[in-house]
Amino acid sequence: MSETDNKAVAAASDIVIAARGLTKRYGAVGVVDAINFDILRGEVFGLLGPNGAGKTTTILMMLGLTDISEGRVSVLGYDPAREPLQVKRRVGYLPDSVGFYDHLTAVENLSYTAKLMGLPYAERKRRIAAALSRVRLSDVLDKRVATFSRGMRQRLGLAEILVKQAEIAILDEPTSGLDPQATQEFLELIGELRAEGVTVLLSSHMLDQVQRVCNRVALFQAGRIVLMGPVADLARQVLGAGFVVEVEADGLGLARRLATVPGVTHVETLAEDRFRMTADRDVRPDAARAVVAANGSLRRLSVDEPSLEAIYARYFQGQDQHMKGSRHAA
Amino acid sequence: MRREGSPFQGLGTVALKELSDNLSSARMFVLEWLIVLTALAALYGAIDSLRQNTAEDPFLLLRLFTVAGAPLPSFVAILGFLIPLMAIGLGFDAVNSEHNRRTLSRILAQPIYRDALLIGKFLAGLATLAIALTALWLMVIGLGLIFLGVPPGGEEIARSLAFLVIAIFYAGVWLSLAMLLSIVFRSPASAALTALGVWLFLTVLWPMLAPALAQLIAPPDPRYAMLGLDTPDTAIWAQTLARLSPNDLFGEAMLAVLSPGTRALGPVFLDQLRGAVMGSPLPLSESLVIAWPQTVALIAGTIVLFVAGYIVFQRQEVRA
Repeated sequence: MSETDNKAVAAASDIVIAARGLTKRYGAVGVVDAINFDILRGEVFGLLGPNGAGKTTTILMMLGLTDISEGRVSVLGYDPAREPLQVKRRVGYLPDSVGFYDHLTAVENLSYTAKLMGLPYAERKRRIAAALSRVRLSDVLDKRVATFSRGMRQRLGLAEILVKQAEIAILDEPTSGLDPQATQEFLELIGELRAEGVTVLLSSHMLDQVQRVCNRVALFQAGRIVLMGPVADLARQVLGAGFVVEVEADGLGLARRLATVPGVTHVETLAEDRFRMTADRDVRPDAARAVVAANGSLRRLSVDEPSLEAIYARYFQGQDQHMKGSRHAA
Repeated sequence: MRREGSPFQGLGTVALKELSDNLSSARMFVLEWLIVLTALAALYGAIDSLRQNTAEDPFLLLRLFTVAGAPLPSFVAILGFLIPLMAIGLGFDAVNSEHNRRTLSRILAQPIYRDALLIGKFLAGLATLAIALTALWLMVIGLGLIFLGVPPGGEEIARSLAFLVIAIFYAGVWLSLAMLLSIVFRSPASAALTALGVWLFLTVLWPMLAPALAQLIAPPDPRYAMLGLDTPDTAIWAQTLARLSPNDLFGEAMLAVLSPGTRALGPVFLDQLRGAVMGSPLPLSESLVIAWPQTVALIAGTIVLFVAGYIVFQRQEVRA
C-alpha cells in the first residue's frame, strides 16, 4: 500500500496505529512473528504477556528505533522506518525502567529533551512547569534526579510525555517495581491522560492494573498476539461464559427460577440460600426480578468481574495441556 | 531508502549539553590539573635551561616547547604522552554510559537521529580538548613573555598555532578511538582498559618494537654495518612501522613545525642535501609542507575511527 493510501485509511477510521504482518527477526530467531493490530484514537490499549514475548520489540518498531524485518506499521499515518522524526514528534515513549541524567535536576533533564523536541524557550518553560505540577513533582523540580525514588522517576518520564503534548503515549512496564501507592498514583495519571484524549499504549505483565485501565488488551505469547479484545470479550472466549453472579436469597424453588432467566447457562446451589449463576451477560437485574417474583427475600447480589488473571492462567494452562497432548500423540 | 529530515537536528543541543557536562565533571578537573602541572614542570625546566644560554636564537618562544630541562622531557613530548590520556578520559564512557543509565532509548525517542547524538558527543569532546589545549597554549606564551621577556614574533605565533591545531587533531584520534570502544563495549571499565592498553602499547612499546620488526623484515646489510651506517631499507621500514602510531606522527609533525631547521623527517641521502645551508631555518610554508602528511594522517585516523564507531552505533540495538 502506498503512503497516501496509508494516510487515507488511518484518517477514515480513526485508527492511530495499524500493524500488518509486523515481523522482527534476529538472524533466524523470530522475536515478533507477523502480528496485526489496530489501535483507535483515545483508547487505552494493553500489551500483555510474559517477559520476552516481543512487547518491547513491537514498541521499538513502532518508534523506528529498531528495524522492521517484514510487514509494516503505520503510526498516525507515518511510516516509522522512513519518517521516524515525524513519528517521534507526536509519540511519547516511557521506556522500561527509564533513566535520567543523575547529576542534572528534574527541570534540567526535561529542558534537555524539550530542546531536542525543538520547543522555543518560553514554551519550554511553560510546558515543563505545567507538566511537573501535573505529575506532582513541583516541589522537587530543582533537586537532582539522583535523589529521586523509582516512582518519582516514572512520573518524571510521564512529565516528559506531557511536555511533548504527545498524541500517543507508549508506556513500557510503567508500574513494575513501584510500591502499591506509587502504582495507584501512576494509574490515576494514565486515567487523566485518557480523559484528555491521548491514546495510551501500555505494556505490562501486571494483569490487574492493565485490567483496571485498559479498554482493550492484546495477549502476546512467543512473538504472536494470541488473544485481542476487551477484557470481557476475552473472558467469554477463554473462560466460557463471561459473568458469574452470586445470589443470596431465601425463597422456594429459587434455583429453578433462576435457571430460567434468559442468558443463564448454569446455576449451582452453594448452600440452601446461596446460588451461583453463570451467564453470558450481566444478569443481575433479571435475577433480582426473578427472586422478587418468587416472593423470595434478596439479601445479596454480587457479580464476579472476569479477571484477566483468570483468563491469562486459563489460557496458558490450556496451551500447556495442548502441548502435552500433542507431545503424547507424537 | 532516504530518511526524512536532517540528521543534524538536535546536534547543537546535544553538543552543548555534553560540553557543559564535560567542563563541569570532576574527571575533567583532575585531568586538566594533571596536564597543567606536568606541563608547568616541563616549562620550568625549559625556561631554566634557556636562561643559561639566551643567545641570538630567533625562535626563542618555540624553544620553550621543545627544549628538555634535565630530568623532564620537553613540553611537546609530555603533551604527546598525556593528550591521549585526556581524550580517553573524555570518551571511554560516551555511549555505554547512556546505555547503562538507561537514558539512550528515552533520548532517541525524541525527534532526532542517532547521528546527532554521536556527532554531538564527539564535537563536544573535541571542543573540550580544544579549550584545554588552547588554555595551555596561552599559558606557555604568557610564561614565555614573563620569564624570557622577549616578545614573540609573528612567525613564532603562527608556528605555535600550527602546533595547537595539530595537537587538537592528535587528541581527535584518541577521542575517536575511545568513543569507538565505548560503543563496542557495554561496560565502561572494559572500554577504558582497552583504550589505555592501546595507548600504552602505541606510546611505550611500539617505538621499541618497530625497529625490531624492521630488522626482521629487512635484515641489516653487513656492508653498511661495517661502515657504521644504517641500512637504508631497514631504516625506512623502521620509520614506516613507527608511523603507525599516532604518537610518532604527532612527534614528527611537531619536529617539523616547532624546529624550523628541520629539513626532512625520514632518512635522506647526502646528494639530496646538496646546496642546502645546514642549520638555517626553513620558511613557515616549507615547514608546514613537511608536517602536512603527518597532519593528514592524524585527521584521517580521526575520521576512520569515528566512522567505524558510527557504523557500529547505527546497527546497535537500543534496548539494553
